[in-house]
Amino acid sequence: MKFRDLSDLAFRNLREAVLRNSLTTLGVAVGVASLVAMLSLGVGLQQLASSRLARSGLFDSIFVTPKTNLRRPGAGPPASRTPDAKARPLDANARAEISRLPNVVEVYPQIRFFTEVRYDGKPFATMVAGMPESSKASGAFDGMQGSFFSSPNADEAILQAEFAKELDPQTASLIGKDLVLRYAERQSLPAQPGDPPQNSGGFSVIPKEKHLRIMGVVETEPASGFGGFGTGRLLIPLPLAETLRAAQVNDLRDILRDSSSEKPTYVSLTVRVKRTSLVEDTEKKLKDLGFGAFSLLDASKSLLTFFRVLDLLLGIFSSLALAVATLGIVNTLVMAVLERRREIGVLKALGAADRDVKQLFFVEAGVMGFLGGILGTVLGWLIGRTLTFGTNVYLHRQNLPSVNISSVPLWLVLGGIGFAVVVSLVAGLYPASRASRLDPVQALRYE
Amino acid sequence: MTELPPAIQLRSVSRHYVMGESVIRAVHDVSLSVSSGEFLALLGSSGSGKSTLLNLIAGLDRPSSGAVIAHGQDLSQMSALELARYRRQTVGMVFQSFNLLPRMTLEENVELPLRLAEVDRSERAARVRDALERVRLEKRIGHRPSELSGGEQQRTAVARALVNRPRILLADEPTGNLDSATGESILTLLREIQKNPGMTIVMVTHERTLAERFADRLAVMGDGKLISNGAQR
Repeated sequence: MKFRDLSDLAFRNLREAVLRNSLTTLGVAVGVASLVAMLSLGVGLQQLASSRLARSGLFDSIFVTPKTNLRRPGAGPPASRTPDAKARPLDANARAEISRLPNVVEVYPQIRFFTEVRYDGKPFATMVAGMPESSKASGAFDGMQGSFFSSPNADEAILQAEFAKELDPQTASLIGKDLVLRYAERQSLPAQPGDPPQNSGGFSVIPKEKHLRIMGVVETEPASGFGGFGTGRLLIPLPLAETLRAAQVNDLRDILRDSSSEKPTYVSLTVRVKRTSLVEDTEKKLKDLGFGAFSLLDASKSLLTFFRVLDLLLGIFSSLALAVATLGIVNTLVMAVLERRREIGVLKALGAADRDVKQLFFVEAGVMGFLGGILGTVLGWLIGRTLTFGTNVYLHRQNLPSVNISSVPLWLVLGGIGFAVVVSLVAGLYPASRASRLDPVQALRYE
Repeated sequence: MTELPPAIQLRSVSRHYVMGESVIRAVHDVSLSVSSGEFLALLGSSGSGKSTLLNLIAGLDRPSSGAVIAHGQDLSQMSALELARYRRQTVGMVFQSFNLLPRMTLEENVELPLRLAEVDRSERAARVRDALERVRLEKRIGHRPSELSGGEQQRTAVARALVNRPRILLADEPTGNLDSATGESILTLLREIQKNPGMTIVMVTHERTLAERFADRLAVMGDGKLISNGAQR
């Protein structure tokens, strides 16, 4: 029989027992809905985490240090090591050279220094960190109190929440107020007669003050503790931090090691590339240039593995509902074979081959699976949207930004429907085989 | 008179069933020949084996021994797929209880063998109409079987049996569920159909009077054996 005729007959048969077949199809739909809803949560959470991490800049960034900084545990004292011919200082020239590498979108130094802040006449010791303009998109500033810096060079500050509470437990009242930043400015000294020619004259530190306006309060510093020393509790625009020329922890080391204090060197530089996939290649280029370089690419891969495993587990558990629905299909079709024995006998007497009868039941199973798959995918999507809505209502009450925790990509739509059809066809194997093997003489006698 | 070539030949055909330790000889060592265009009535009491013999000729069952040959094809040597094709193309069947599919209209019931034979859709409507016109039911084409009388249902079953233009028509007690007048009209219809060149009819019945009036030859079965081969009338 041609497929179109088979389909006609199958639809007609399904319409005959419309209530029973609808309930069976609904069972498949519930199974598919649970599968799609669970996987949509897995996919949604993965996308949420990935986008957050991508926006944080951790996974498209490479952290560059002077090669001599990388001392392995257990390595011998510096004098016993062979100097690395390729090792280069991480200074302004190096920064400019790295900026010119292909696919590099941003190169900025880690500027952190201890300082004293005076607010309301009281002193507070804290760590200052320079924030690049790109950190605004990191997601860490989402839902902050107040606002981000008005411009990259503004004399403004954002306070980390715990530090802000030290200044004033009512952190919201800090916004718009001024504080005084007291810091040590580094000034180079000329070389003294009698100094070795390769040495510079060192530097002096001058106490300075800077008035800053508090723009906002944020929970945590983006990428805190990575590539720097301690968590920044007072965040200022990076270009402003650079112009302050505040003495940093590496300055003393540079004096001892030094080449030229005229050119300040960096403890580390953060290099951001266009895409995560370009990290590995750029990291290699940086090493070839004579710098130490590392990234969090491996952590990103681990995260991906975690979500794959999570998706797999969610898929397995939610497939149980589909397995139950499959038993419903088997039951419905076995009943149909019993009820339609005489009809099967008539079909065979009129010339239907065993194959035709088998295909007829297969198509009926497939149609139930297909319709159940479509309905289930829509239901699964609705469940995902409902969960997202509920989550966002909760987040909104907590003054947190909205998130999308479920996602139904095209592969999940097609996969959900396809899986339902395949499972239904497998469920139809036994009833279809039983129908096709019916003896027509016996079937025609059946009342 | 020229001897017509046999449409059906049964050569020492037996059909035995094993039920536990006993063997039921439903048909035993039957040899019979039916000529092309002949109307044979197969008579016998209930359980005599006449319906079993008809099922063997229809290719719905296989003989335990012997050969069933229809238009030169030995059915006992055919695969299940070949037997299905034989049922589609060579034979048409009419049953005592009509066996129409209740949820289908007359048109759809008659169209069913055409679907199985994969006849082109464009050709089907005309062939269904022709078949229904032949049994004078063209005006009831959109009705369902439950809306028809017994005689009309049997005429529909005849139309369904004819629609694939078979060479052999097999009728199993076609008047069994009908009153005598309606039964007579059905046999008149079968007789008309037989007049088509080459249409062979084998009818199982226990109504001797009707069989004598309409059939060319009567064969009588008893206890699975052919008691009388009958002479051509």
